[in-house]
Amino acid sequence: MERQIEIRLTGSGGQGLILGGIILAEAALLDGKNAIQSQSYGPEARGGASKAEVIISNDEIDYPKVETADLLLALTQVACDKYAVTVKKDGILLVDSTVNIPEGIKAGKIVQVPILQTATEVVGKSMVANIVAIGAIQQLLNIVTKESLETAVLNRVPKGTEDLNRKALAEGYKLVEKY
Amino acid sequence: MKKSNVKLMQGNEACVEGAIAAGMRFYAGYPITPSTEIAEVSAQKLPRIGGKFIQMEDEIAGIAAAIGASLAGLKSMTATSGPGFSLKQENIGYAALAEIPIVIVDVQRGGPSTGLPTAPSQGDIMQAKWGTHGDHPVIALSPSSVKETFDLTIRCFNLAEKYRTPVFLMLDEVVGHMREKIEIPDASEIEVIDRLKPAPGDKNYLPYKVEEGQIVPPMAAYGDGFRFHVTGLMHDESGFPSNSSEVAHHLMTRLMKKVEDHLDDIITYEENNIEDAEIVLLSYGGTARSAKSAMKKAREKGLKVGLFRPITIWPFPEKRVKEIAKNVKAIIVAEMNYGQLVLEVERVVKGATEVYHVGKINGEVITPDEILSKVEEVK
Amino acid sequence: MSSQLVKQYYRGNKLPHIWCPGCGHGILMRAVTQAIHNLGLDKDKVCVVSGIGCSSRAPGYMDFNTLHTTHGRALAFATGVKMARPELEVIVVTGDGDAAAIGGNHLIHAARRNINITTIVFNNNIYGMTGGQYSPTTPTGDLGTTAPYGNIDKSFDIAALAAAAGATYTARGTAYHVQQLIKLVENAIQNKGFSLVEAISICPTYYGRKNKKGSVVDMMHWLKDHAVDVKAAQKLPPEKLEGKFLIGEFKNVTEPEYTEEYQKIIDRFQKER
Repeated sequence: MERQIEIRLTGSGGQGLILGGIILAEAALLDGKNAIQSQSYGPEARGGASKAEVIISNDEIDYPKVETADLLLALTQVACDKYAVTVKKDGILLVDSTVNIPEGIKAGKIVQVPILQTATEVVGKSMVANIVAIGAIQQLLNIVTKESLETAVLNRVPKGTEDLNRKALAEGYKLVEKY
Repeated sequence: MKKSNVKLMQGNEACVEGAIAAGMRFYAGYPITPSTEIAEVSAQKLPRIGGKFIQMEDEIAGIAAAIGASLAGLKSMTATSGPGFSLKQENIGYAALAEIPIVIVDVQRGGPSTGLPTAPSQGDIMQAKWGTHGDHPVIALSPSSVKETFDLTIRCFNLAEKYRTPVFLMLDEVVGHMREKIEIPDASEIEVIDRLKPAPGDKNYLPYKVEEGQIVPPMAAYGDGFRFHVTGLMHDESGFPSNSSEVAHHLMTRLMKKVEDHLDDIITYEENNIEDAEIVLLSYGGTARSAKSAMKKAREKGLKVGLFRPITIWPFPEKRVKEIAKNVKAIIVAEMNYGQLVLEVERVVKGATEVYHVGKINGEVITPDEILSKVEEVK
Repeated sequence: MSSQLVKQYYRGNKLPHIWCPGCGHGILMRAVTQAIHNLGLDKDKVCVVSGIGCSSRAPGYMDFNTLHTTHGRALAFATGVKMARPELEVIVVTGDGDAAAIGGNHLIHAARRNINITTIVFNNNIYGMTGGQYSPTTPTGDLGTTAPYGNIDKSFDIAALAAAAGATYTARGTAYHVQQLIKLVENAIQNKGFSLVEAISICPTYYGRKNKKGSVVDMMHWLKDHAVDVKAAQKLPPEKLEGKFLIGEFKNVTEPEYTEEYQKIIDRFQKER
C-alpha cells in the first residue's frame, strides 16, 4: 500500500456501519498500520443517514476526515444519492443491489452486489450486513490481511456469533470475486 | 494487539484513561453531547478501582460535587460541552478563588445555545479565559490526537494539583469522537503530581498561607483533622472572609502570579518547519491536523510554510509567537470559530507581521485545502 | 453551660456574628451545635456546608470542617464531600431562598438519592442578605421590597417538598421551641439517609418590619402562638388549625442509603479480584 486509503461507509443508522469502520481500522492496527475512524450522525439512534469513515495509512494521518473516497459503500438509496459524488474519479463505488446508481456518477469502478440480501438469505441474519460489506471491501481493496480482518471481527462481535460472522466475511469476499 | 497496549480508541475514552492514570478517583457530571462517553467510561471504570462516579441533576451540580470531592481529598473531574460549560462558569470561579484542584473537560460543539450538538467547533476558547466573572488564573490545554488527549488529561491533573487551580481540557468533537491508534504507556512511565499537603497534626496550619519556597499553600482534606474553612469570599491566609482591600489585593495578585511566574513550566507547543518559514500556520486541537496537512501540501508546491501549534492555549505562548512574528511575512490562524484565538495572536504580534484568519462556523471541519488557498492568497 | 458550648464548638475569634440584633439564626445555629454535642460527634469528622445568604454564614463561626459555597449549591458540593468521604457527618445549613429557589433542584435530587446528608433550612421567609426581597416561603399577600403590592406567589412547604422528593427524615421546628428543635436535629443527624429539618427563624429587620410584625418579642410570641405540634394536631378539628403551622417530626422511615449502595458496587469488584 503506497498511499493513504480513504473509505466511506454510508447507509442508515442501525446498520452497524460505525462498527464496520472500527473493525477495518482495528484490522489495520493489527497489521501495524495507522488508522483513523470517525463518523458523523444526526440526532437519531436508528434510521436517518449514517456515515462512518476509515483512513488507513502506513504513515502519519493528519486530516482525519475523508475528502474524496477511494471506496464508497452505500447501503441505502438516500445515502447513495447524497454521497456517491464524493468518490474519487478512479475510486470504487460499492452499492447494494437495491440501490439505483444516480446519473452522472464518475467512478473508476461501480460494483453493485446484493449485500443486504446475502446477509439475510445466505448467512441468515440481516444484522451481519456490515460484516458482509467489509468482506467485500477487503476483497476489492486488499487493504489489510484477511487474518487480521477476521481477528478484528471476532474481537468485536458477541460471543456465540463467531461462526455466523466468519461466514458473513467469507460471503463478502465471494460476492465481489469477479470484480 | 491483545498483548501490547496498542489500541484503537476514541478521544473521549482516552481522556478517561488518562484521568485514571493521573489518579482521578471521582467524577461528577451531567449527560451532554458530544462529551457523554467521558461520563459513560468513568461510570464503568471508576468503581472497579475503588473510585466514585455520580451523575448529578445538572451541570452546575456536576462541577460543585467535583469541587466538594476534591476538598475531601479525591482527584476529581467533570466533563461537558458548550451549554454545560456556560452553566459551570460560576463554580469555575469558585474553584479558582478557593484554589481547589479540579479538571474540567469541554468537548466543544457548535454554538451558541443548543447550536449544533453533534458538530465540532472551537468556539469556547475565549470562554475558557473569560467565562467566569472577575480576574482569575487560567490554564487550558488543547489536544490534537487521541494519544495527546491521554497525555494532556494527565497533565491537566498534574497542573491542577501543582498550582491548585481548575484546569481545562479543551477538546473538540473531532478529537473527542475520532478513533485512532494509541499506545497506553506503563504506569511506571507516567509522571503523577499530587497536591502539597500540610504536615499531619500541624497545629499552625493556615490553609491559605504559602510556605517559603512553595508555589501554593498546602491543601488539607476534610476529615484529616484540620477543621479549616473554605469560602468563595475574599479571604486571608486563615481562609476566613475579609473585606480588607489589602487582603483582596494580596490574594488576587498571588493567584495571578502563581501562573504568570511559571509560564515556562505550563506552556507547551509544537513547531514544524518554523526555521525557514515565510508563512506560519497557527492552529490547535483538531484543526491543527488540517493545518499540518495544508503545510505539507504547501511545501510540496515549494512554499515555505511552517506550523505553530499551541498545546497550552492559556496562558498563551506569547513570548514564542512574538519571536516568530519578527521573522515571517504572515501568520494564518486556523480555528473553528468566527475569530477567537486570532485576537490573542494580533494582540501579541502588535503589527510585527500580517495576521490572517481561516475560520468556520457551520459545524464542519476546516479542510486542508481551505487553509492552503489562504496560503496561496497571502504568499 | 452555654459559654462552654461556645468555647468548645465556635471559632471565638470570628465572633460576634454578622446577624442583626433579634435575628433567629443565632438560636438555630446554637441548636444545631447543641445537637452535635449531645450526639458526641467527633469535631474532625463533621463537615458543615452552606450556600449563600444570612443562614449560610453560620459555618464560618462553627469549628468543624466548613465549606461556604456558591448560592444554592451547598447540597451539590456536600454530595461530592459525602461521596468522597462517607465517614464524614455532612450537615448542610441553608436558607429558604438558597434551598428552595436557586437550589431547589439540588434539594429534590439529594432527597431522591437518600444520601446521608442532614439539611437544616433556616427559614426566615425573606431574602435578608440582599435587603428583604420576597422568597419562595414568603406567605401570599405579604410584603417584600420586590413585592411592594403584596406577594402573589404561593409559598413552598419545604418539609413537605423534601418528603415528597424522597427524604427519609423530615421535621419542622422553630427558633422559639428550642429544646424540641435540638431533638429534631439530633434525630435528623442519626437518620441514615437524607434528612431535612425546616427551622423557622425570625427576621425582624426585613420581614418583620416590612410586614408590621412588631418587636422581636412579638415575633417570637407569634411562633409560640401559631405552631401546633403535629401529634396534637391530629386530635384537633380543622377550624382549630386555621392560620396555624405544624411542627415536629413528619417523616422517619428507613430506605437504602446512597453512599452505601455505591459502596456495594465497589465491593462487588473487590470480591472479583
